[in-house]
Amino acid sequence: MNKYPLWKYLLVLAVVVFSFVYALPNIYPPDPAVQVTGQSSGLEIDQRTLNRVLSALDEDEIAYIGEEVSEDGNSALVRLADDQDQLRAKDSIQRAMGFDFIVALNQAPTTPQWLQDIGAQPMKLGLDLRGGVHFLMEVNLEAAVAGRLEGVSSQIRTLLREAGIRYLTAPELDGRVLEVGFRSASDRSEGRDILAEQFPLMLISQSEQGEAYNLELQFSDADLFDIEERALEQNLTSLKNRVNELGVAEPLVQRQGRNRIVVELPGIQDTAEAKRIIGKTANLEFRLEYDPNSPELREEFEYLNDGAGFGSAFLEVDHIVTGEEVSDASTGFDEAGAPQVNITLSSEGGAEMHRATRNAIGRRMGVLFLEEKSETTYEEVNGELVPVVETYTDRKIISLATIQSALGVTFRITGVGSQGEASELALLLRAGAFAAPMTFVEERVIGPSLGAENIRAGVSSVQLGLLLVVLFMFAYYRVFGLVANIALGVNLLLLAAIMSMLGATLTLPGIAGIVLTLGMAVDANVLIFSRIREELKNGHPPQSAIKMGYENAFSTIVDANLTTLIVAAILYLIGSGPVQGFAVTLCIGILTSMFTAIVCSRALVNLIYGTRPQVQKIWI
Amino acid sequence: MSMKDFNFDFMRHRNPIGIGSIVLVLLSVVLLATRGLNLGLDFSGGTLMELHFDQPTAIEPVRSHLQEEYFSDAVVVHFGAETEVLVRTREQLNQQEGEAVAESLGQALGNPADPLRVEFVGPQIGQELREDGGLGLLAAMLVVMLYVALRFQYKFSIGAVVALVHDVIITLGFFSLFHWEFDLTVLAAILALIGYSLNDTIVVSDRIRENFRAMRNVDPVGMVNLSLNQVLGRTIITGLTTLLVLVVLYFFGGESLKNFALALIIGIIVGTYSSIYVASSLVLALNITKQDLMPPVDLEEGEVQEEVPYS
Repeated sequence: MNKYPLWKYLLVLAVVVFSFVYALPNIYPPDPAVQVTGQSSGLEIDQRTLNRVLSALDEDEIAYIGEEVSEDGNSALVRLADDQDQLRAKDSIQRAMGFDFIVALNQAPTTPQWLQDIGAQPMKLGLDLRGGVHFLMEVNLEAAVAGRLEGVSSQIRTLLREAGIRYLTAPELDGRVLEVGFRSASDRSEGRDILAEQFPLMLISQSEQGEAYNLELQFSDADLFDIEERALEQNLTSLKNRVNELGVAEPLVQRQGRNRIVVELPGIQDTAEAKRIIGKTANLEFRLEYDPNSPELREEFEYLNDGAGFGSAFLEVDHIVTGEEVSDASTGFDEAGAPQVNITLSSEGGAEMHRATRNAIGRRMGVLFLEEKSETTYEEVNGELVPVVETYTDRKIISLATIQSALGVTFRITGVGSQGEASELALLLRAGAFAAPMTFVEERVIGPSLGAENIRAGVSSVQLGLLLVVLFMFAYYRVFGLVANIALGVNLLLLAAIMSMLGATLTLPGIAGIVLTLGMAVDANVLIFSRIREELKNGHPPQSAIKMGYENAFSTIVDANLTTLIVAAILYLIGSGPVQGFAVTLCIGILTSMFTAIVCSRALVNLIYGTRPQVQKIWI
Repeated sequence: MSMKDFNFDFMRHRNPIGIGSIVLVLLSVVLLATRGLNLGLDFSGGTLMELHFDQPTAIEPVRSHLQEEYFSDAVVVHFGAETEVLVRTREQLNQQEGEAVAESLGQALGNPADPLRVEFVGPQIGQELREDGGLGLLAAMLVVMLYVALRFQYKFSIGAVVALVHDVIITLGFFSLFHWEFDLTVLAAILALIGYSLNDTIVVSDRIRENFRAMRNVDPVGMVNLSLNQVLGRTIITGLTTLLVLVVLYFFGGESLKNFALALIIGIIVGTYSSIYVASSLVLALNITKQDLMPPVDLEEGEVQEEVPYS
């Protein structure tokens, strides 16, 4: 009666072998490395690129211990002997390759090829255990203020036009002051009344300059502070979203000082990719094509890809909506099979879009792609090369298409380039645009935040704790305790295998959390064994006591674990960052411990006792 | 060691003990509202200091000097090179204070240190994550209530969730009372505690349900007592093994695991107690009957149920 069909034994065996293999990569420590990718996702990295990298290293006499080009042609990687070489190599490569390439510090796995071939990879260790890369980004607050003033400027034009007041010179930005020129003092005072009503918080002053009667608008200091503060907060949120979209577990994103943001990522695999996504300030603007018969101002833009058309086109200066109005974005394919981005606007954005396109059917609407680019040049100061960063906004037309009918909340844009570029654009729109452009001002490798002493204490106490549990179980339940301990070992292996496959990041609290799920795994076996003892006491013969013990405890174990699983799943769905990481560990731990505590331990018990139908006494 | 038959009359003193629980929860709520939690660097933000040493330095002496002399919570890491060190602490420091710290460090290590940067850093866990977290817990509790109501009966789901809230609030109350630092690690412990508390409560409830279904004419109090005694062996062993690990973590796990272990030690003691005196007492207070627990086919709507005498 206590026998499993052969397939169940084989299943248990298969699970053990499988988890052993997939947990295996964790015993190989990673190499310090430098990774190179293109500034845009379209740029292919090949052997020639790698040769340039290697010759730069040779020139600076930096030894490397390995090099490779990724199969998808997106990146190249060079392995270094130690951390010092890694830093020098990064500088040397960045200088040699120029700024079409992103060069990032990295930790390359040393997993043997046959394990890589089956998709096995090691778990990553968190910032507390292994350290990682540290980026310091500076937020350009001037640009945030200028952006706001541009919005005000476009509103001013509309307001004055609607009121029928003609201006001599259109609103113009001079530093942090917006200047509008009127033909007469009376026009100006009318204009001033309108603007003062619309922008009650702005400081308005007036001056005369030749023929012109000028109004100057500027934000008060308190407003400026507020604008800057909000720009920083939004950048912080967008950065967090982006890091989460990248799937980096346990990152650290925190504000530093007045205008900087720190991003620390645990020694992740694809730092160059991370750096590109983190640093990219991309946005969209939707504008109507310039109509020669309208009073609107025009601006000329070039096309981004040749696919969208050659040369340039004129668009109106005012935008209908921008990427900030985008509430969701995903990728798809159009009828011709070319990638497209599906856009969902917020309800306000949708209303705005509807209002603007309703009266413009038959005209064309342009989608502008804005990208904040930075150029770094090295200048020699006191004999040392110092990087000088300059930023500028690059605006190009992605598509210019005829409006067939009034647009609403959802629509799609085509002409976005390759599939890779489309999904990158969608990711950036989804994560939220930056309110102000940012530049990388520093990149360093950081050591673990926990001391070696602390890590050692943590790990050895976890081991000691487990050892004590194992000893206790053996002393208390004898043969069955041994069975529970073996099941516990399999559980640990399985947990490590699954977490490695998912690419989870391990932190010290994470390890402690695992210990706790192991405690709950022990609990499942304790439940079963207590039940068997009870059944024995009730006078059942050993074989049926074993059977009843497992069967009766089953529903308790399932109920208890399912309830916890529900909590973990919800924490995963709603929580973010570290809470999510913990929820994943808990979910996996519950599932594996149910499997090992019920199926594995039963298989062992069946192997030991199932073959002896007349057994009189069992060691429990 | 062998299993004895336990026969404690757990439910006899359930009313005074229940009042004790309510008082503890209220006290904890008052403490949390007035005194609050001693939030760690992860939640509060603080100061970041970048130090440059003349000579390469190891991290350990820097960390222990800072932790002993200045900030017990200092996080110290190597920053790019052996001579650069990054320090984070909850304390608010200005440039002068930073310089003073650097000087004392330089003297203590015999390796002059220069503060390249002293700046404030924001919290790692922002407001939105706290709100998300709170919302998540609320949603989780609702779904758990629903699940337990479907699998058992709504009286049990009230018991389970009240016990859960009880455990979490009292544990947080201890952290508030003793001003222990509450950081991400402790948050992880609280989440784990939710798992443990539920697990424990469900095991007890499951036995109560089984006994109610299987036996005839036993009064609810006797039935709950019997069930508690039957699972007591398991409760003790599981509690002991888990506590064993946690006590080891507390004493030998180093600074970083101390508060994690502490939160769970308190939580598990409170959680084990609450499975008995909160969850089970509540089920009794809500007048659980055999009919409540019979499989649904036996429970016709509107059927008049025979009252079981109450003792």
